[in-house]
Amino acid sequence: MENLAITQEVKPPNTSKGPVKWLQDNLFNTWYNTILTFLALVFLFFVFRGIFIWVFTQAEWQVIPANLQILMIGAYPIEQVWRIWIVLYTLFVLLGLSAAVWKGLVLRISTAIAIFGLILLLIPLDIVKNSEIGYATLEYNFNIAYLIFFKRKWLLGGLVLFVVSFFLGRDKNKLKRWVIGGWVLSFPWTMITLHGFGENTVSTTNWGGLLLTLILAAVGIVVCFPLGVLLALGRRSQLPAIKWVSTIYIETTRGVPLITILFMGSIIFPIFMPGDFQLDKVIRAMIALTLFSAAYMAENVRGGLQAIPQGQVEAAQAVGLTYPKTMLFIVLPQALRSVIPAIVGQCISLFKDTSLVTIVGLQDLLGIARSILGNPTWQGLYVELYLFIAAIYFIFCYAMSYVSQKIEADLGIGKH
Amino acid sequence: MNNNTHTVIPDKIPFYRDVRFLKVFFQILFLIGIILLAGFLYSNMLNGLRKQNLALDLSFLGSEAGFGISEGIDYDPSDSYLKAFWVGIVNTLKVSIVGILCATIIGFIFGIARLSSNWLIRNIAAVYVETFRNIPLLLQIVFWAALTRALPTVRNSIIISDSIVLNVRGIYLPSFEPGPGFSAWLWYLLAGVILAIIVVLALAVFRHSGQLREPHDTDRPSFISNIIFGAKWAAAPTFLIVAIAGLFLTSEAPFVVNRPVLQGFNYVGGMNLTPEFSALLIGLAVYTSAFIAEVVRSGIQAVVKGQREAARAVGLKESQVLRLIVIPQAIPIIVPPLTSQYLNLAKNSSLATAIGFPELLHIGHTMMNQTGQSIPIFGMVMVSYLIMSLTTSAFMNWYNHRITRIGRSR
Repeated sequence: MENLAITQEVKPPNTSKGPVKWLQDNLFNTWYNTILTFLALVFLFFVFRGIFIWVFTQAEWQVIPANLQILMIGAYPIEQVWRIWIVLYTLFVLLGLSAAVWKGLVLRISTAIAIFGLILLLIPLDIVKNSEIGYATLEYNFNIAYLIFFKRKWLLGGLVLFVVSFFLGRDKNKLKRWVIGGWVLSFPWTMITLHGFGENTVSTTNWGGLLLTLILAAVGIVVCFPLGVLLALGRRSQLPAIKWVSTIYIETTRGVPLITILFMGSIIFPIFMPGDFQLDKVIRAMIALTLFSAAYMAENVRGGLQAIPQGQVEAAQAVGLTYPKTMLFIVLPQALRSVIPAIVGQCISLFKDTSLVTIVGLQDLLGIARSILGNPTWQGLYVELYLFIAAIYFIFCYAMSYVSQKIEADLGIGKH
Repeated sequence: MNNNTHTVIPDKIPFYRDVRFLKVFFQILFLIGIILLAGFLYSNMLNGLRKQNLALDLSFLGSEAGFGISEGIDYDPSDSYLKAFWVGIVNTLKVSIVGILCATIIGFIFGIARLSSNWLIRNIAAVYVETFRNIPLLLQIVFWAALTRALPTVRNSIIISDSIVLNVRGIYLPSFEPGPGFSAWLWYLLAGVILAIIVVLALAVFRHSGQLREPHDTDRPSFISNIIFGAKWAAAPTFLIVAIAGLFLTSEAPFVVNRPVLQGFNYVGGMNLTPEFSALLIGLAVYTSAFIAEVVRSGIQAVVKGQREAARAVGLKESQVLRLIVIPQAIPIIVPPLTSQYLNLAKNSSLATAIGFPELLHIGHTMMNQTGQSIPIFGMVMVSYLIMSLTTSAFMNWYNHRITRIGRSR
């Protein structure tokens, strides 16, 4: 009889994962976690209540729609805004084609961007500003339609272009080469279109707001990349002169704060230039940002170069490749692939660092916000304004770091 | 003639295709290019300076600065420029060191919280990290500066539990200061040191005599190693016990809590952090702590999972797994990126120039505006930052070297 008790059937352990089970596992699994959970809930309650009350009853949000234009483009003349839209349209078309040709990650990223654009299209900021119309009324709906089709016709057009180019480019793999060429050309194209020439020139001193922030970041990233690769190769060079000059440049630049280099651009640089030679301060800030981030880029690239086994170089030499060819076709493709996360990380910090140009008197996003606060009408509304631009910075940075994580996962870096 | 020599020695490579020659040639060319560029800049600078009637010399450093500095070590506008510069360096070091302390504490708390088994805690920490990491530091500092400037006037100060005071003049914290019984307590400290020495010696003698009786005399530990053993285990506890006992045994209080009190139109006593300093400190500490939290998290996660499982398998408690297995292996991974975060914080303290905290760059900037000697002053500022960075990275290299060597010897 005792044997029977031993062979009695035992039920399999309960593996179901209901919400109660989840709560038990994740919030109340030990006594101290239970205490922590309650403390956290109390904390969150007070934080959210405070934020909720402030956002909906105390904050004076009208400062944002009233200054939206200068926050976005600074002193860029309003009758020339179509140029910015042309640039954006170019990017939308390229994005749509890329999404169609590469699919996968590119498709997901560009869809996310398009959805973000759609949200921007539908946010009724302008109405909330000055009307007491209920959200459900006909008039309100008409206003929305009016906004989308007349006041936001540009954005709507961009989204339409994106969708159209996506469907045009589907299943046309031959387009790949052209799209890459398009991306390469889009950078000088952007600069020329925004700056213009002849009578319609918009001087860089008039660029401002988010536009300037994005341009500074884009120039910094695009130009510092080749410079950083050269410096990294220079630092690993066997020629002592080149090695030492690169090393000293990299270490000195990394040893001082960015703001000193920006000050150098604005105060010291003019002293070292021939008498009548002048560069406007936006260009000088671009140069300073680029030179600064090139040193950091060089260190990232060097990290990748160090990970490449010597055998790769030897094999390339054995088949008779010259040094430039060895680097270009054998070493760099492998090295850069492994440091993509670090490079994206640097793009993020460069994007944040562009805010420092405020200190040398440029009107980037932060600079514009500060000058709006200097206006007596908007004095004291710093929380609203700073929160708004913080949200813009956050969205861009978070999106970049999200993309970097996805690329990392797609390439399988760190899994080997 | 030339043709002849070539045909005579056909198997010799012409010099312009000889790699050894080319290497030297290109380097010389490169250096000449750099020297020419430097010379060009130098001549431009001389021309520029001549136009402004300035000469490159450092004699201005000895003359009277004539501008006030809102906070820092003892300084008077009649002091020299060199003194003013020194005030800037000390202020930079002050905010950097306090900032590093705060950032490390907050960063470790959030880094460990990100690994918590509690879903809510884990995600609160993640939101904290992602938020403050992805907003530019300058924006954060400017925001805190605006907030501290908007604090109520002295009369309407915000007072938290009778000891912390917030107003437009800054943040007042209670401070611990030596009281009337302090000198008596110092005697207790001295007694603690003597007692600790006695205990260590006694322990060493006891251990050593015990070992003498043991048979294996070949690898018997020396008397010195017994002293080290005693110092390791007994010195600190003995000293602490005496020191803490002294706190209670002295007839008068050795320390007093100095709370800020309203006197006339201002609060006095306690520790006063100016609004600029507070804004800068909060900004630097919060921003850097988000990065430190990530460093800590990834350092702990980098310890291979098998190590933990093995430790659990041999029956260690969860706290022992952390203390004996995970943390010792995580520390070498954490330290290098942690040091570079510290370095970043020190360099980022230069952003204070945007909110008017008188640190190195801000004072340098004022000096440039007053004297027009922008090049030497700029050089001094850059060199000061470079010295800070290079000493720190030298220390980091030394530490890395040590750590990896220990790792190999195991």
